[in-house]
Amino acid sequence: MGIRIGDKPYAERIQAGIENSFMRQAVSSAQGRFRSGRLKAAEDLGDWEDWRTLGEEIRHHTMENLDYYLHQLSEQVEKRGGTVFFAETAEEANAYVQEVAKKKQARKVVKSKSMVTEEIGLNEALQQSGCEVVESDLGEWILQLDEDPPSHIVTPALHKNKEQIRETFANKKGYTKTDQPEELAAFAREQLRKDFLEADLGVTGCNFAVAESGAVTLVTNEGNARMVTSLPDTHIAVMGMERVVPTWEELEVVVSLLTRAAVGQKLTSYITALTGARLEDETDGPEDFHLVIVDNGRSKILGTEFQSALHCIRCAACINACPVYRHVGGHSYGSIYPGPIGAVLTPLLDGYEDHKDLPYASTLCAACTEACPVKIPLHEHLIRHREIIVEREHMGAKSEEWMMKGFAKWASTPAAYKLSTKMARTAMKPWTKDGQIENGPGPLKGWTESRDFPAPAKKNFREWYKQREKRRGEA
Amino acid sequence: MTIHNRTSFLDRVAENLGRERRTEVKPPSYSVKPQDRVFQGATQAELIEKLEAQCRIIHTSFERTTLAALGDSLQKVLAAFEGSRKVISAGGPRLDEFGMRGIYEALGKGGFDLRIWNEQEGDVTFAEQAGVGIVFSDITLAESGTVTLFNDKHNGRSISLLPETFIAIIPKSTLVPRMTQAARVIHEQEQKGNPVSSCVSFITGPSNSADIEMNLIVGVHGPVKATYVLVEDL
Repeated sequence: MGIRIGDKPYAERIQAGIENSFMRQAVSSAQGRFRSGRLKAAEDLGDWEDWRTLGEEIRHHTMENLDYYLHQLSEQVEKRGGTVFFAETAEEANAYVQEVAKKKQARKVVKSKSMVTEEIGLNEALQQSGCEVVESDLGEWILQLDEDPPSHIVTPALHKNKEQIRETFANKKGYTKTDQPEELAAFAREQLRKDFLEADLGVTGCNFAVAESGAVTLVTNEGNARMVTSLPDTHIAVMGMERVVPTWEELEVVVSLLTRAAVGQKLTSYITALTGARLEDETDGPEDFHLVIVDNGRSKILGTEFQSALHCIRCAACINACPVYRHVGGHSYGSIYPGPIGAVLTPLLDGYEDHKDLPYASTLCAACTEACPVKIPLHEHLIRHREIIVEREHMGAKSEEWMMKGFAKWASTPAAYKLSTKMARTAMKPWTKDGQIENGPGPLKGWTESRDFPAPAKKNFREWYKQREKRRGEA
Repeated sequence: MTIHNRTSFLDRVAENLGRERRTEVKPPSYSVKPQDRVFQGATQAELIEKLEAQCRIIHTSFERTTLAALGDSLQKVLAAFEGSRKVISAGGPRLDEFGMRGIYEALGKGGFDLRIWNEQEGDVTFAEQAGVGIVFSDITLAESGTVTLFNDKHNGRSISLLPETFIAIIPKSTLVPRMTQAARVIHEQEQKGNPVSSCVSFITGPSNSADIEMNLIVGVHGPVKATYVLVEDL
């Protein structure tokens, strides 16, 4: 699939989102629950601002020394019998995984939820090599059966309701029971258990890798990632190159931040740290372990003013705080990374050309920056993106450029300015009702489609001020 | 070859960072340490209280017992269980320390089919059919209600994963405030040259999901039920 989802233009995607009333209600209620969960977890923990500071310092230090820690990580994985593949591009990463699958004569691959494998389009690559690929996270499994992309990075099927899920299970898997979430989940448990036991290859992402010991850590709740890393003979973990921490002591801090900021849990049900292949005397776990470290555009963010975007720990707190996401939903972003972090990251990874609208999908209210557990200045990055889009990339809307030039000329010509502020009221009269413009012409149309615009006042400010001064003089 | 493309990859990273490759980095010192203040100075009794309270949040039953009464407690927990009579348990030195062999023998007479990990062939198949998996906590985190397992030849990953019910025996001596202390132990062992086990599992209650309309579903792929049995071993 890759980072881009859907092929409709931005305006149509947004419109579809706004018109999807179930999705909007689901997102809005989810945001409320995520938000109160996060705030309560932060309050219970205490010293939240200190935790955020520590998180930021850890991520900053790691990114500044990324080459050192990735080197150390790869040494440790090798020591523990694993193989490490550094992939510059998505194609290289996919080709390597295909090669391992071929060598193992793998027919069935089970996966646990991973954003980076979505980003590189690994499922399609494995399917092309003749493998059956089964997503085992409940939300991802639902989406896979329905051939639908994720709309949230933590709860990927947030946009679907239980009736739709029941229907999908019935159509694709012959499910006959009700739309009770417990029954739906029990069905998934029963269906996927077979897949876990039969699979030749397990593929996971990696929340954090620990450089000092070579551990790949997975933060999960359902138990599917443990199945994927306990039962098949081969485990391949795919990680974005920035997802490393120096030692276990830093791991503990970022995990504590992630689980609280993501879902308000003190810890998720399973934090699983996997180091290399199983030892010789062990009877479960993979005999063969591979770690694929993916660049895919990340290194060109290093050393730039956007470097802190790589500090992201993928908790989705910014997504859950964003008023724009609340109204348009995840699919509107056209990227597997939605919300504020998606609007920052997607143009950096995939270029401005296809994502020049994303930095504008924000009110710049800074709720994202405030929610971020590692203090990424998300709204500042969005402003900077806009500047670059207009100034360097010359991709701003032509009408906007023309309008701004016109405005500059008009506002710096006193006579023109004076005349038009006087004329405005008369000119707008045909569209004015009770002092409000409800259905404005020309450039006002976009505004008045969703709300009224106040009609120009009877007196302009200069006139009002002149009269006020005059009255003062008289008093 | 077991490491591919490393040099070119890391050279590019260093180049973008605007410097030469680094082969040495001083351990960082951070300006704040909030993790050390959580439950600082709490007594063992206070940590037990925290653990018990957290168990209610994570949908986990909590039992307290003594070394002498451990057998009776397990009997009671298992008696309430309806399902497969097969039980898989972790092995290792604590079997003897906690008198588990005798306890298991008694359970066997009571109709349970008990197996200890890695004493026969086909453990994974047995665990898949088992209704209950029993493990010993290596480090127990009071704050989150988490059992830490250093999985190894005595303590397979499947025991705490495949059966529908998960029972963790928690020696009181393993109780610490939070993940900070567990991470520190592993970090110190790494520095001493004692490599960490191939799988460290931090397990907090039964498996769950909120993927369907944000409803909490307890019991998805992993265990559906969890019980912690705290044993006074101090």
